Amino acid sequence: MGMTITEKILAAHSGRDSVVPGEIVNAKLDLIVCHDVTTPPAVSMLRKLGINKVHDPSKILVTPDHFVPNKDIKSAELSKYLREWRIEQGIERYYEVGNHGICHAIAPEQGHVIPGQTIVCGDSHTTTMGALGTFATGVGSTDLAAALATGELWFKVPESMLFELTGSLPHGVYSKDVILYIISKIGVDGARYKAMEYRGEGLKSLSMEARFTITNMAIEAGGKSGIMPADEVAEEYVKARTKEPYKIFTSDEDANYSERFTINLSELEPIVALPSLPSNGKFISQVERVKMDQVYIGSCTNGRIEDLRIAASVMKGHKVADGTRAIVVPATTEVWKMAMREGLLEIFADAGCVVSTATCGACLGGHMGVLGADETCLSTTNRNFTGRMGSPQSKVYLASPATAAATAITGVITDPRELLTKAKTAAA
Amino acid sequence: MAELPTNLKGFAHVYGRANINTDEIIPARYLNEHQEAVLAKSAMEDIDPEFVSRVKPGDFIIAGDDFGCGSSREHAVWALRGAGVKVVVANSFARIFFRNAINNGFLAIECADVCNGTESGDEVELDLANGRLRNLTRGTEKTFVPISDFARELIEDGGLLPHIQKKAKAA
Repeated sequence: MGMTITEKILAAHSGRDSVVPGEIVNAKLDLIVCHDVTTPPAVSMLRKLGINKVHDPSKILVTPDHFVPNKDIKSAELSKYLREWRIEQGIERYYEVGNHGICHAIAPEQGHVIPGQTIVCGDSHTTTMGALGTFATGVGSTDLAAALATGELWFKVPESMLFELTGSLPHGVYSKDVILYIISKIGVDGARYKAMEYRGEGLKSLSMEARFTITNMAIEAGGKSGIMPADEVAEEYVKARTKEPYKIFTSDEDANYSERFTINLSELEPIVALPSLPSNGKFISQVERVKMDQVYIGSCTNGRIEDLRIAASVMKGHKVADGTRAIVVPATTEVWKMAMREGLLEIFADAGCVVSTATCGACLGGHMGVLGADETCLSTTNRNFTGRMGSPQSKVYLASPATAAATAITGVITDPRELLTKAKTAAA
Repeated sequence: MAELPTNLKGFAHVYGRANINTDEIIPARYLNEHQEAVLAKSAMEDIDPEFVSRVKPGDFIIAGDDFGCGSSREHAVWALRGAGVKVVVANSFARIFFRNAINNGFLAIECADVCNGTESGDEVELDLANGRLRNLTRGTEKTFVPISDFARELIEDGGLLPHIQKKAKAA
């Protein structure tokens, strides 16, 4: 019986020739990513047990991202604790505020993610990094503590689901629409405990940035990981960032999948996930033009440079509608700088958007755009649970950066193709 | 090694809905804190603001499918435990919540159709040895999926970190 890419990576990291789903293995970890919310409790657990040294500082990456620049005294204390700990432990891969970014975006961007790795982080969106052919999964603080102390962690080998992507995305439709479509089909627990593996011609047509958006939201279907085999696009991305050698794993032809799906990208439309589950996705042609108090463009899902380019291309020469606020949050400092050099920040500012430094911010109701009671927000983030972005009485709609930008301009949920077509006509 | 208690009794708080997520169990606005006693004050706040005033030490949460989905925040387990919850029995659990629970030595029990026939306030008893959940108020019982040997070992050792320390000492 052949093995999937996930099974091969887990076997190779646990000293085994083969593994099968359901087995529990102890796998060595190649990268442990740490941020300001879940790492401080992990460190204090270790200190209580008298474990004062991490297993291997060279395998750890630290960046404060959730509540930075610190939103209050308590979050400042968390960042301070994280900063002092990384100095004490001699962890060199550290991105301080000013060079920081949302961990799932900055780790691959700065060349720390290479194919074949095992990666954990105390954050559910760690699955993002699976787009480079890694096994990357989110854990809690106790698991993180164990990983930091021992350099390995127990995993139940997951079953894999295969998503074959065919066709290519129509104009105005993006990878965010693909993953919202998939989650709307299988539900928020449709991939519970499973690896969501992608392949096919449709996948090859997507940029790395677009791919990260898809693996980012594996957890919104309950998945343990999202994974894509590293191809030429992935290798080009990695080689531009690091000289580290890596090994590419691919699934065998006769690998076993619990389910198989074929998604024809050519048949998709922009999608909006209605409150209050990411699985409430509907084609935009079937969604009412609900008024939005706020539009939020950013996060580990859609805060990369390509996302900002798309949003800016829709917004250029327009103004944010009266009665709507628009907030743009680049995912990393590097994205912010690129957006500045390319003139995107000016487009956003001229349109009347607030542009923030990188932060998880209001995606999880932290700061930089928290919602009040009965307010509505169309957001490029990953979750629209009750209270996710603020008041439990607020309502969050999820969509692509293009849909978000179009909605910011009109103030109501708007199909970006209406504006993209106009822009094209104007240019012609 | 602490043996698992054979029988636990408490009062039920039933949340029959599927996909009760970690933002509902402990909203992210409280994640600038990780002390159990402080988190406990806000447990279940966005889904049931009265929960913390009703919950008593030893109580059970009884829930539908996919309990604890969403964020990896272990604060969800800490908030419930801090509030006095002894065990969560659900149709099924989201992966990371389940892992966080057993890593903390906190009981998360899967039991099919668990909400059917139990109301909030009923007295329930968990019989771990025999895999039975009894509703003492109504005189009914359900069978649940036994805890796996691996999870049992972690819970009996008091969680993942004591378990790792025990193994390191034995090696």
